[in-house]
Amino acid sequence: MIQYKSVTKIYGEDVTAVDQVSLDVNEGEIVVLLGPSGCGKTTLLRMVNGLESVTDGDILFNGESIKSLNEIELRRKIGYVIQSNGLFPNMNIEQNVTVVPTLLGWSKEDKKKRFEELMELVGLDAEDYRKRYPHELSGGQQQRIGVIRALAADPPAMLMDEPFGALDPIIRERVQDEFLAIQRELNKTILFVSHDIDEAIKMGDKIALMKDGQLMQFDTPSQILQNPANDFVAQFVGKDRMVKSLTIHRIEQLMERYELLDSSIEKGQIATVSKSSNLRDVLSYILESKQQAVHVVNENDEVIGQVDFALVNQYMIDLAEKDEPVVNP
Amino acid sequence: MGKNVITWTVRVIVYLGLLAFFIWVFSNEYLNHLVENFEEFLVLLRQHIQLVALSSFLAIAVAVPSAIIVTRPKFQRFEGVVSTVVNFGYTIPNMAILALMMGIMGIGFQTAVVALFIYSILPIFRNTLAGIQSVNSNLIDSAKGMGFKPYQILFKVELPNAAYSIIAGIRTAVVINIGATALAYLIGGGGLGNWIFVGINVFDNSILISGALPITLLAITVDLFLRLLERKVVPRGARPSTR
Repeated sequence: MIQYKSVTKIYGEDVTAVDQVSLDVNEGEIVVLLGPSGCGKTTLLRMVNGLESVTDGDILFNGESIKSLNEIELRRKIGYVIQSNGLFPNMNIEQNVTVVPTLLGWSKEDKKKRFEELMELVGLDAEDYRKRYPHELSGGQQQRIGVIRALAADPPAMLMDEPFGALDPIIRERVQDEFLAIQRELNKTILFVSHDIDEAIKMGDKIALMKDGQLMQFDTPSQILQNPANDFVAQFVGKDRMVKSLTIHRIEQLMERYELLDSSIEKGQIATVSKSSNLRDVLSYILESKQQAVHVVNENDEVIGQVDFALVNQYMIDLAEKDEPVVNP
Repeated sequence: MGKNVITWTVRVIVYLGLLAFFIWVFSNEYLNHLVENFEEFLVLLRQHIQLVALSSFLAIAVAVPSAIIVTRPKFQRFEGVVSTVVNFGYTIPNMAILALMMGIMGIGFQTAVVALFIYSILPIFRNTLAGIQSVNSNLIDSAKGMGFKPYQILFKVELPNAAYSIIAGIRTAVVINIGATALAYLIGGGGLGNWIFVGINVFDNSILISGALPITLLAITVDLFLRLLERKVVPRGARPSTR
């Protein structure tokens, strides 16, 4: 849906911010642009809706060059969320959320209805917040409003520039989870800028790792973690990259692969983990329980199998050997 | 809490002072001149208000649009030049501007209006400029990114968020203007300054107070009115207490 065709951005005479980057963002995918500050990730994002000009190369939106599209109309079709949420202090929450529908000339009733839908999406009470102003909300609430404002006119694509960067870790995690839940329903095409590897692993279907304006690696989180393309990637993802990659896989995937489902196991003295836990948490539980294995339980707290350290180890080895890309569920 | 106590103490002191002043005025029958010459008072008051209204209106009509223009990306390079000219204008004492304008335009009402107009531009221009420039650049960025057209950014984002500062500038300019208009007498511009200067010349407190007191009351009333206007016009979220 968004295609970069060897895009280059040069500031002034010779400052190259983005150097011949090509990558495709498919429909319904979250692609995270990741890298240290000054790597050109934000510039790359802002070129899509024309906030930065393209020096060389081209960007296609829905197959059409953005140069051939009307800039204002294009921007109204792409949701835009920035780190400091960018809510307008002079407008109340309802006016803020429905700002793009207002630009598009929606009727009052349509806007009101849409506002209520969106507020429900993030679990905020529409009546309670309608007439309040941004400064009366907490950081987490403001960021949620920033996200639903970008969704207001139901754009097919969204650009998110470190949208959760200003939130404290606990709130950030909650807003991330909430956003992923929304995304599972809405299936937007999303370009997401981050400097945080953990956030990128969690949010991204694919990660584009950048350095000095160049694309270092563009792949799924598991591939980036397990097969870093070069030293820079390996260094950026960290020495604990294998441990990080454990978070991508859920225990039920492992059990399906090895056909471990066994409901005959009796619930005993052994610790239990939910089948939707990721492998990193499973290992942590095993360590914590000071036993060799844990029982896996389903939603109804019934034991459906048993896993131990060696199994997890075997699973990771098998995945790496088969070079099998594991896409985020 | 502590801030409130201080505010209230100052307020009470000011009101007590005013009360003492009025008692002094009335016990010496200083307003007799006004009562005895009420017809003339109305003429002078009307002249005074006309001078203030016309020069303030012109100043707003020039200063606000110029500040808007020099904050547009296309014209930003003129901001320094325009600001310097406006600031320089304000460094000339207002008596000197009156004398200067008298030299160019002769004496009379129009000369006074032009001189007062020049003197009112700066506070309005400077506050409008500061107001617009202090609008967070992230807001402009996200407005642009959501597909606002340039005029929509100006009217829906920049001006509403700068409104408090703009109106504060207008308040300052108009209140100063009401006092400065007393000087219009010196170049035959009329207004309540007539009685002040006559009172000074003939050492008659009654004439002086009859001119000065209404000017003070006029300034206080207009300031109050503009404050109410500010409450109406500035959105709740764009007031400084909320930043």
